[in-house]
Amino acid sequence: MKALIFLIVFPLGIAVLAAVLPPKIRLRRAIAVIANITLCVVPIYLLVTYLDKGPAFFQLESHVINIFMLAIEVFIAGFIVYISIRAKRYLPVLLVAVQSLIMLTFEFTSGSTMQIEHSLFVDKFSIIMALIVGIIGSAICLYAIGYIPEYHEHHKEVKDRSRYFAFLLYLFLSAMFGIVFSNSLMWIYFFWEITTICSALLIGYRNDKQSVESSFRALNMNLLGGVVFAVGIVYLHNSTHVMELDKLLRLDQSIVLLPAVCIAFAGLVKAAQLPFSSWLTGAMVAPTPVSALLHSSTMVKAGVYIILRMSPVLENTAAAKMLMLIGGVSFLVTALIAISQNNAKKVLAYSTISNLGLIVACAGINTQAAVWSALLLIIFHAVAKSLLFLCVGIIEYKLGSRDIEDMDYLIMRLPKLTAVMMIGMAGMFIAPFGMIISKFVTLKAFIDANPGMAIILAYGSAATVFFWTKWMGKIISIQHGVTEVMEHLVSRWEWITLYILAVATVFVCLAFPFISFGLIDPYLLEKFGTIPVADTFNFIIVFITILGLLIILPLCLLYFGFVNKNYKRVGTYLGGGNIDNVTFEGAMASSQPIGLRNYYMEKYFGETRLLNAGVFVAVTLLFIMFGVAVL
Amino acid sequence: MTSIIEIYQSLGLFGRMAVFVVMAPFIGGILAGLDRKLTARMQGRVGPPIRQPFFDALKLFQKERIVVNKFQNVYIVLFCVFTIFSGALFFAGADILLTVFSLALAGTFFILGGFCVGSPYSHLGAERELIQMMAYEPMVILVAMGMYQVTGSFKVAEIAQYHAPLILYLPGVFAGFLYILTIKFRKSPFDLAISHHAHQEIVRGLTTEFSGPALAVIEITHWYENVLLVGMVYLFFAANPWVGFILALGTYFFEIFIDNNYARFKWQLTLFSSWLFTAVAGVSNIIVLYAIR
Repeated sequence: MKALIFLIVFPLGIAVLAAVLPPKIRLRRAIAVIANITLCVVPIYLLVTYLDKGPAFFQLESHVINIFMLAIEVFIAGFIVYISIRAKRYLPVLLVAVQSLIMLTFEFTSGSTMQIEHSLFVDKFSIIMALIVGIIGSAICLYAIGYIPEYHEHHKEVKDRSRYFAFLLYLFLSAMFGIVFSNSLMWIYFFWEITTICSALLIGYRNDKQSVESSFRALNMNLLGGVVFAVGIVYLHNSTHVMELDKLLRLDQSIVLLPAVCIAFAGLVKAAQLPFSSWLTGAMVAPTPVSALLHSSTMVKAGVYIILRMSPVLENTAAAKMLMLIGGVSFLVTALIAISQNNAKKVLAYSTISNLGLIVACAGINTQAAVWSALLLIIFHAVAKSLLFLCVGIIEYKLGSRDIEDMDYLIMRLPKLTAVMMIGMAGMFIAPFGMIISKFVTLKAFIDANPGMAIILAYGSAATVFFWTKWMGKIISIQHGVTEVMEHLVSRWEWITLYILAVATVFVCLAFPFISFGLIDPYLLEKFGTIPVADTFNFIIVFITILGLLIILPLCLLYFGFVNKNYKRVGTYLGGGNIDNVTFEGAMASSQPIGLRNYYMEKYFGETRLLNAGVFVAVTLLFIMFGVAVL
Repeated sequence: MTSIIEIYQSLGLFGRMAVFVVMAPFIGGILAGLDRKLTARMQGRVGPPIRQPFFDALKLFQKERIVVNKFQNVYIVLFCVFTIFSGALFFAGADILLTVFSLALAGTFFILGGFCVGSPYSHLGAERELIQMMAYEPMVILVAMGMYQVTGSFKVAEIAQYHAPLILYLPGVFAGFLYILTIKFRKSPFDLAISHHAHQEIVRGLTTEFSGPALAVIEITHWYENVLLVGMVYLFFAANPWVGFILALGTYFFEIFIDNNYARFKWQLTLFSSWLFTAVAGVSNIIVLYAIR
């Protein structure tokens, strides 16, 4: 239990230190490094301690803590009202007022009678989440050390509030640990609201018109999720007097269906599923570490975490079917939209929503195989996506653009970074790597449960391959002649993080059989009583493929790079006499320039049209989901 | 025929893989030779001898190595290795989904090879190849799904052993597969990315900057791929080996017939007609199967 409390309180302490210590001193960095290492080590310690134990529940004297939390909640509510009124936005005020009214009434009428036996708990799923939050979250914090000074060099107009920034980052991590370790729904709710406000503030860090807009959009949507969450737990307490996650799961389905749907709704908002996807795509105005954090280890993962926790309650209901369909629609629509995007961060954002859609769909199906693949998706996505965001963040300042069309010849300008980025992209879609392993399993799970979903997956995967491969092709293309290498400009903090995450991407692929046997299977055993039959032969084939790729690729590169000198190098064929590498002599002795552009198929996969259709369908599905839960 | 299959089935996993790796280029080469002969006859020419593709490949290996990007052939090697790997998996009787994914991986490497040289023609070819991949990929997955729904297994060995011909349950899926097979065989009307015919508007498309040994490897890889695809067609009729064998070959020749009778499509038509055909023929078949079970 101490480790759990430590993980929640320790980042909080660091957050306070980060806010207090003056910027630009060595001590700050030293503390950050030590703190981040600690945040990596403690979840691993948890893993080792609980590796062959079942879930453990812990009692904590919670009355004082509850009062304390209530005070903080009131303070946050006041703060939101303050910033909203200052920005002349009244929707958040209304939402906060409703939420506070519900929670305060609830606290004063039932707070004293509320019985909470176990406030904290830990099981294999929590440990997986803690590892993701701890390792990836702290890697991103390390990256921020190198990134933020550069950010302010490029954006002189933005006020340097790096202390405030670091404070929010660590507070965010603390709240994430809180969500994954809490058994008391009141506590989950409390940490849930903290992640909401933290993310909104981080998105608005730049404090210009666009980021304030995005910040309030994120705030509005997530507050709405919070209100529904609050209604759900109040309803649950009034009808059953249960306030704990484990007890909730043991209750009769008909009683707890509505609260579970409410909580799943809040999860959908956090996981940026349609119709709530716009807050996540808007969040790209924030500095890169924020995007990386929101997309990989925190926020959206909190959303799918709570949905997966609620999935047993929803099992075999029409509500679960709706959940599955919302996930499926989000997956397909956003994968198609990503084809038409040339803003690197937006492609990444849509790819995140798409993958989360798959996880939500798995939660809706809730068979062993589906949950198994959902957990794998969470792990693989977190690692590869954070890596990609951080790469794009660096490229953005080195090239002065985040447009994919400006990333021609990246491999000549930033060779090592391109290699790292290739690893990240390979992790997202190339066959033996992470995401595709999970997609493979997901496909099998879908075929057994619902072939309609498998068909959606088939089409969506095709779109996924398309937008990733054309981006990959862009960055590896070359041009003859001297190109300035600007790799030395990347700070070492950023390099360290990139290396950690690149190694992690490959490592989780190689270690996935062990992750599956050691962590996921025991969790499924707790949840379903049996474990899925492992297809050992396929595991071995996949393992051989990854290993083969990891051996053949470097050998090939070595051979063609250094051993084989027996070749003639020429310029590309341009259909006329080459003048230099980008111009040729065409008809009538004219000089013709060439340019390479990718297909975006704007006309067919344009954002507005597809998104509108997707939102329309998803809203309908949401109403049906609530409808069947209420009736 | 039956005895050949029995001998083949008596081999171990690695034995069967070895048979594929050794035999496929010969069969694929002969198929390519037949293709050229037949095409020539359809066009009123005599055509080269059937052995010509082997001579071509051997000749290509003797040519000078000319490259634009020092590393461009890395992708070709990977393309070749993973195509052979997926074929070997298939003929060893392993998981058909793994085969499909591994083939997609090989295809991705090929496309990346086209991108990496930075040539406009090759770039356009790679983009088109990618569009084609997006066009055929859903249907290929549906084939695996359909076979699983009928036989209850993803293992090629078990699918091939199924007592009834799969075509009886999967007519729609087969039709859809036939449609995208034209893309996979790189035949007109879907030879947008690379064409064997001399009338391509983007020079040699994806392979514009590949020559000599690299081009030979691409050609041989294509033979391997064709044998694998013919094998997938065979699965639909596997209940009777003779019928399966003849119809699989018949399908190949049917594609040659199509090749000679169609003008090239634009990418828009290629993509959306494939997706539509997949939806109408494949998806409806899958849903019917789900409904009756």
